[in-house]
Amino acid sequence: MLKQCEGSHAVAEAVALCRPEVICAYPISPQTHIVEGLGEMVKSGELKDCEFINVESEFAAMSVAIGSSAAGARTYTATASQGLLFMVEAVYNASGLGLPIVMTVANRAIGAPINIWNDHSDSLSQRDCGWIQLFAETNQEALDLHIQAFKLAEELSLPVMVCMDGFILTHAYERADIPTQAQVDDFLPPYEPRQVLDPAEPVSIGAMVGPEAFMEVRYLAHAKQMQALERIPQLADEFKKVFGRDTGGLTHTYKADDAETIVIAMGSVLGTIKDTVDDMREAGHKIGVLGITSFRPFPLVAVAAALKNCKRFLVLEKSLAVGSGGIVATDVRMAVTGMGLKGYTVVAGLGGRAITKKSLATLFEKAGRDELELVTFLDLDWKVVNRQLEREKQTRRSGPAAEAMLRDLGTVASKIA
Amino acid sequence: MFQVRIHGRGGQGVVTAAEMLSIAAFEEGRHAQAFPSFGSERTGAPVVAFCRIADQEIRLREPIMEPDALIIQDPTLLHQVDVFAGLKKGGYILINTNKSFEELGLGDYVRDWPHERLCTVAATDLSRKHVGRPMPNVPLLGGFAAVSGVIRLESVIKAINAKFSEKVAAGNIAGASEAYDIVRAEMEEARRQEAANA
Repeated sequence: MLKQCEGSHAVAEAVALCRPEVICAYPISPQTHIVEGLGEMVKSGELKDCEFINVESEFAAMSVAIGSSAAGARTYTATASQGLLFMVEAVYNASGLGLPIVMTVANRAIGAPINIWNDHSDSLSQRDCGWIQLFAETNQEALDLHIQAFKLAEELSLPVMVCMDGFILTHAYERADIPTQAQVDDFLPPYEPRQVLDPAEPVSIGAMVGPEAFMEVRYLAHAKQMQALERIPQLADEFKKVFGRDTGGLTHTYKADDAETIVIAMGSVLGTIKDTVDDMREAGHKIGVLGITSFRPFPLVAVAAALKNCKRFLVLEKSLAVGSGGIVATDVRMAVTGMGLKGYTVVAGLGGRAITKKSLATLFEKAGRDELELVTFLDLDWKVVNRQLEREKQTRRSGPAAEAMLRDLGTVASKIA
Repeated sequence: MFQVRIHGRGGQGVVTAAEMLSIAAFEEGRHAQAFPSFGSERTGAPVVAFCRIADQEIRLREPIMEPDALIIQDPTLLHQVDVFAGLKKGGYILINTNKSFEELGLGDYVRDWPHERLCTVAATDLSRKHVGRPMPNVPLLGGFAAVSGVIRLESVIKAINAKFSEKVAAGNIAGASEAYDIVRAEMEEARRQEAANA
């Protein structure tokens, strides 16, 4: 049924339709509305046979999720930013043990400086944690990906993060088609654990593994991610058969077939990019888009195939590999090894900085003329940066940088964008 | 695509107003996208929320920098925030006030504007009267339906019923309806004057 609702609400409904048995979470913006919504559904009895567990921290949230998943319960949690970092040790354990937990990450920047707004630093910091990471472009896709995530996770016995842009999606009201329970039941079978803590058939989970087998156990995690590369597109097809929507998959292209320049991105910014590309197409630019839905596993083959006819690509990412450049761009460059393409990395939208069509159009035109640097910071205020660098050169006791740069900038509360 | 920017202060229901506007447009079968400004929202601090309305899917995620219409929930913001930034010339302006545009010092700015697009309504007073609380957001939506013609009053009422309990909804419907009538009367008066001056 079509409904005009908040992204968080759409996700809460999707998770509830997946019949989770344990939900544990600790509140942190911008994820909070999702678990609040689920908490209300458990309390009202709308979501049956589900235990909602309040925990004292994100570390506890993931620890409880590990326990309940190992006991055979379909388990869900959600977090963001510092919350994700706080649970990291348990995040690695969840994947290492092969427990199919589904977790929403409402993407938000990481401090310091403290910042509650959107970028992809949090989930990308967990690039190598062994979880599958899927990125949603719209609220509809966020809703759909959660349903696919439970099926994928449980088939492979691997945890899945569904990443959606904090505030930009979680707090946006737009239409979402909420499926029926019958549709979701048709698509998602009951959870059949590969391993379970059962007093009747006791096992131990979490052995210490020495050098004799550690490599092999770790390789198995990689092998499972490679299986996910096969399974994710199939699940998208199966999903389409039941729900009639084309969501999920590894990658999506837009006007890319004859494109000389291809812009690559993840998440909600793809919408603004597509609008920009439409305008530029009208003006005669041969430009297209490659959206990456599955960041882990990274679809090296699909990316290379999408880029095989272009002259150049530009990776626009809401993350920064400090001291190196881009995180997504590094993987894309690996995918196109030997293809002789020009590639540009653009770091954009950190900490909620608006990414506008106007800035994108200027950027893409510059890329089309091959006038971009290898790494570009979109809409960076060089005046503020240079003033701080100068200050640090002049004075040893220059003081805290963020505070000084805010002072230079003056009030920002009155700005629109 | 029709783009609306709502300015107010934390606690005045600015974000809720944008969400309800999107529900009203959705009720008319249109695509709508509402989202808050990504600022720290504290009681009394300036808050901005946005709503886009269109006949096809809305993909754009940037803040609304060139609105077709402005709803200003708190006229004291006129001295603090550049609320008119990017407003299209001749765009709709609805202000929560019992003063005129001239009295607010906006006479010069809107000199060439079509007068029926410049409306005011004392929405906080209406909310006190009908709901018993100073929440100008919902009456302003009624006024907005009148001045913009982009959504119908019935759709605003549907949005009110979707958002509030029955008891709270009744007062808000009364407030929105009265604001709608007030703004309609203002527009007719503006048209009459323009016809007289022509």
